[in-house]
Amino acid sequence: MIKFVLMVNRQGQTRLSRYYQPVELGKRAALEADVVRGCLYRKKEECSFVEYKDFKLVYRHYASLYIVVGITESENELSVYELVHNFVEVLDKYFSRVVSPIMFNMDKVHIILDEMIQNGHVVETNHSRILAPLSALDTLAHS
Amino acid sequence: MKELMVRAVYCEMLGYEASFSYIHAIKLAQQGTALDKRVGYLAVSLFLNESHELLLLLVNTVLKDLQSTNLIEVCMALTVVGQVFPKDMIPAILPMVEEKLNHPKEIIRRKAVLALYKFYLIAPNQVQHIHSKFRKALCDKDPGVMSASLHIYLEMVTKPESYKDLVVSFVTILKQVVGGKLPIDFNYHSVPAPWLQIQLLRILSLLGKNDRSTSEMMYEVLDESLRRAEMNHNITYAILFECVKTIYTIHPKAELLEKAAKCIGNFVLSPKINLKYLGLKALTYVVQQDANLALQHQMTIIECLDHADLIIKRETLELLFRITNGQNVKVIVEKLLEFLRHSKDDYRNISKGVYLPINECTYAPDNSWFIRTMNTVFLLVGDQMQPDIPNSFLRLLSEGFESAEEDQQLRLLAVDSYVSLLQEQPARLPQRFLQVISWVLGEYSSVKEGLEPATVLRLLAPLLDLRHCSSETKSWVLAAMTKLSAGPACLSVAQELAERHGGSLDTTLRQRLHELQHLASDGELLRRVLPCSDGLEPLEVDSTLSFLDGFVSEALAAGAAPYKPPHQRQEELAQEKALSVEPYGLSLPLSLSSSSIAGRLSPTVLSMSSGLSGNSTELSPKGGSALRLEGVTRVWGKEGYLAKAALKPEEAAKTEVPCPLSVLQEGGSAPRTPVVSLPAPAPGPSLQAEREKQQLASCLFMGLGSQGAAGPCLVRLNRSPPSAMDNLLCSSPLDSGSTPSPADSAPSPADSAPSPADSATSPADPAPHLPHDLPANNRPCDAQEDLTEDTDTSETVVEGNSVAVVDPYDPEPLCLSPHLPEELCGLPRSEIRPLCRDASLVLSACCVRTDHSSLLVVFVSNASDSAARRFALQMTSGDLEQRRIKEYPPFNGSSWSPGGSRPLSVSTEEYGRLWLASSNDIKQNLALLSQEPDPLRATLHRLRDRLQLNVVDIIASEGIVACQLLQGPPCLMHCRLNAGCLAVWLRSSLPELPDCLLYHCQRALAQH
Repeated sequence: MIKFVLMVNRQGQTRLSRYYQPVELGKRAALEADVVRGCLYRKKEECSFVEYKDFKLVYRHYASLYIVVGITESENELSVYELVHNFVEVLDKYFSRVVSPIMFNMDKVHIILDEMIQNGHVVETNHSRILAPLSALDTLAHS
Repeated sequence: MKELMVRAVYCEMLGYEASFSYIHAIKLAQQGTALDKRVGYLAVSLFLNESHELLLLLVNTVLKDLQSTNLIEVCMALTVVGQVFPKDMIPAILPMVEEKLNHPKEIIRRKAVLALYKFYLIAPNQVQHIHSKFRKALCDKDPGVMSASLHIYLEMVTKPESYKDLVVSFVTILKQVVGGKLPIDFNYHSVPAPWLQIQLLRILSLLGKNDRSTSEMMYEVLDESLRRAEMNHNITYAILFECVKTIYTIHPKAELLEKAAKCIGNFVLSPKINLKYLGLKALTYVVQQDANLALQHQMTIIECLDHADLIIKRETLELLFRITNGQNVKVIVEKLLEFLRHSKDDYRNISKGVYLPINECTYAPDNSWFIRTMNTVFLLVGDQMQPDIPNSFLRLLSEGFESAEEDQQLRLLAVDSYVSLLQEQPARLPQRFLQVISWVLGEYSSVKEGLEPATVLRLLAPLLDLRHCSSETKSWVLAAMTKLSAGPACLSVAQELAERHGGSLDTTLRQRLHELQHLASDGELLRRVLPCSDGLEPLEVDSTLSFLDGFVSEALAAGAAPYKPPHQRQEELAQEKALSVEPYGLSLPLSLSSSSIAGRLSPTVLSMSSGLSGNSTELSPKGGSALRLEGVTRVWGKEGYLAKAALKPEEAAKTEVPCPLSVLQEGGSAPRTPVVSLPAPAPGPSLQAEREKQQLASCLFMGLGSQGAAGPCLVRLNRSPPSAMDNLLCSSPLDSGSTPSPADSAPSPADSAPSPADSATSPADPAPHLPHDLPANNRPCDAQEDLTEDTDTSETVVEGNSVAVVDPYDPEPLCLSPHLPEELCGLPRSEIRPLCRDASLVLSACCVRTDHSSLLVVFVSNASDSAARRFALQMTSGDLEQRRIKEYPPFNGSSWSPGGSRPLSVSTEEYGRLWLASSNDIKQNLALLSQEPDPLRATLHRLRDRLQLNVVDIIASEGIVACQLLQGPPCLMHCRLNAGCLAVWLRSSLPELPDCLLYHCQRALAQH
């Protein structure tokens, strides 16, 4: 299962974090810094999966944005790797461009992520269905 | 407000607590509209965990939204319920969520299923009744709802038995998905619903595990999946990986295995690094079943081993580790070590370090290699190593392999290599390695010829000067030195050390130094405290701490409360009666163990040991192993011993009973305590600590068991002989005064207990109805004999069914003794007493004790002047028969009498051994025959005469007494004069026997 999803910029600053297993607030920053260090300094040709303590990290790099997912040993790394891409595709579809808007639309990114992953499991991967509730909200807000 | 909330979320994300905004998040979810509400819910789900109290405030909002006609609000409410919801409030909304399962909109149904999934996760019992609805969701016409329900099933099929019938459904669904029957928008890079496929494959692998018939249903669809997933995209590889895993998990089918193996081959050979990784992972999973697959790809594996990417390397090593065997162990370990050398990250070190020793213990090809490898491991991993690795290594050293020769060789090698290591650069060695080194040297340096202990001491001594050396390590070093300190050369080293470190702030260190010095100067003491032995026999553990007996009884005599084990104390607290029914506790001049279950530990001992444990934790803050406590407890052992020896030398010398072999503290320490009388080998404590721990565990457990068994005994004692106790206390033998005491010292009829079968028969018994006791005889004694004799009086000795007739000689009943059959003459017997008489006949009886039985001899004598011509004797003994059964075996305390025991002649040494072997004990103070000139001797002799005990030895104010149950275990008694009382301590392997014997002792002493 998925333990957490992190979005980090190139400088290692957290842009978005979502934990599916409770982690104390005080320990999050240290964990994130550790995780980011484990991923950021890897070369492009190296494996996208990293072992970290008792779980694994799957990371993917988009322009200035890194997305890191912590998973348990039993999870299929490659499917998570692709899930990240799917997530980015959805964001792309909604925002037209990914990188800059996530700073200013954190709530919406969260809402999209919530539609895709719940309790550490992939619950929806269909783009239109993921976006349906959010679009409905948007139309409600505009009207 | 919404913006502010987003900022609060942002703050929390950066690690700053924003708890002040939690309540506002809830308010926003309650009051806002549309997007505001959604953000409120979002903030709640991010801020609060399941047990947060504020979450209760959300329940009402959720309820309201669930009832809303606005689909978006319902949707939001269900989303938040699926993320975070208080467990206790599930019943409040469960019906409403269930209702939503029938909602026309697929999104609502899907969210409802997910909410139920959440409920299932946090409180599976509460949704038990709606399992049928899950099935309905599985068959939902919408693929989204169906896939949502799969989450629940994936959780549930971990107990696959009840879901086997669904296999067909899952297979059909997978077939449809693979066949592209889903709407096109479920595709991801033109692969139909890949995550759904993966989910289904996982469920199938769980269902098909170890189940042939179920697996057979899946073969087709698995084959199909393998075939379809040929597209060159990551996600298809992800599916393939899952597929391969499933194929290797379920009941195997050759054809599929072949295809899967090919698949793995493609992965491993792929130039894409992620695929290579996945291939290695799959290989690791698979090699347990099929090692050949690894062979096929051995070249690739070797390439991966030298891969630049550490992760790939690591995965390869993991794979290698799985295929380790006797032949390849050297190479693989070599590779592992190389990895250890190069990898910088400590956590990897640790995880790898675990594997190494396991590896080597199982497959080590030869000794020197093993030692060398372990040295490298210790050096490399150093202090990051888990404590159990050195422990298991040391255990291996001491327990060895099959042959003793090899063990010796191994130890020799170890000593050799450690000596050379110490000679080179001791300062660089990690702490744990130093500890191991010092233990091995302390224990086995004698193995090496020509290695003087003093040399080793000089090697070890500099370690104490090392700055980075922890006090724990120093304790190890000193413990090793103490073991070696023999001879004048060592003494000088010890004194030198004592001078240098005597001022150390570390009290344990100082203590240890002091011991070292003391032991080095006294070779005799050293040999006794730390006997040298190469043997591996486990230490005999005196879990009863019998060497503290003297101390305990002294403490008791001085008024200390007897020790009660905690469970007993609790019991007594629970039922306060148990505390208050001890009438004699008050009337006794000295505080006695009212419960008579003597404590094995005096309170002092207890506090000593607890003080110790405190000490030891302080010593080894890292905790974890028994090894490190070694030194500490040795301190104690020695101190304890020395103190004891000073206090009670005469006791130790005389009885040799309280010879402490070794005592283990519960805290997992293994003290090396003095061994006095037994030649039990006491090899090094630390290593044996491990095994001893187990022994200790069993000892402790046994102890608990026997204490538990003693429970009823206690009750019985309290209940049945209060009169006897009172007698004892008042020193007025009411019993013997009020009732004629029958032969022997059997309990009087006044005692409500059934009169013991031995020789006591009721005086009122009619003559023809004679009970008799033939314990060793199994035959029924319904003997009916018609005897015709020419003699005046006939005397019969009943022995089984045989009847011996003896010539009458004297009508006087008291002069019957010469008529005893010859074979019984020399045996101890009770007085011959008349039982009843009439004008012509006198019936008398006595009890004769043979080694195996008690015989009742009944005399029938003619009291009249006329000669008896014809004599008819009819005997029934049904009553007696029953008692006999009751009595032997099993031993039944309540109806037992001293007639059932025999003196046990043992030497003092044997006595000591028996004493240690017996576990059930009891302590009590008895009245002394104080009028006699030598009260102890007189008392013991009285007991001997009355109760058939053997007085083994009497020395000064102490005596030891032994007896044995007929064909049963011995009972030992240790008596000591103590302030006008006789402090007795009884022990036996039978739980009730000491108690019983004590009771009879009290009676015997009361009846003077």
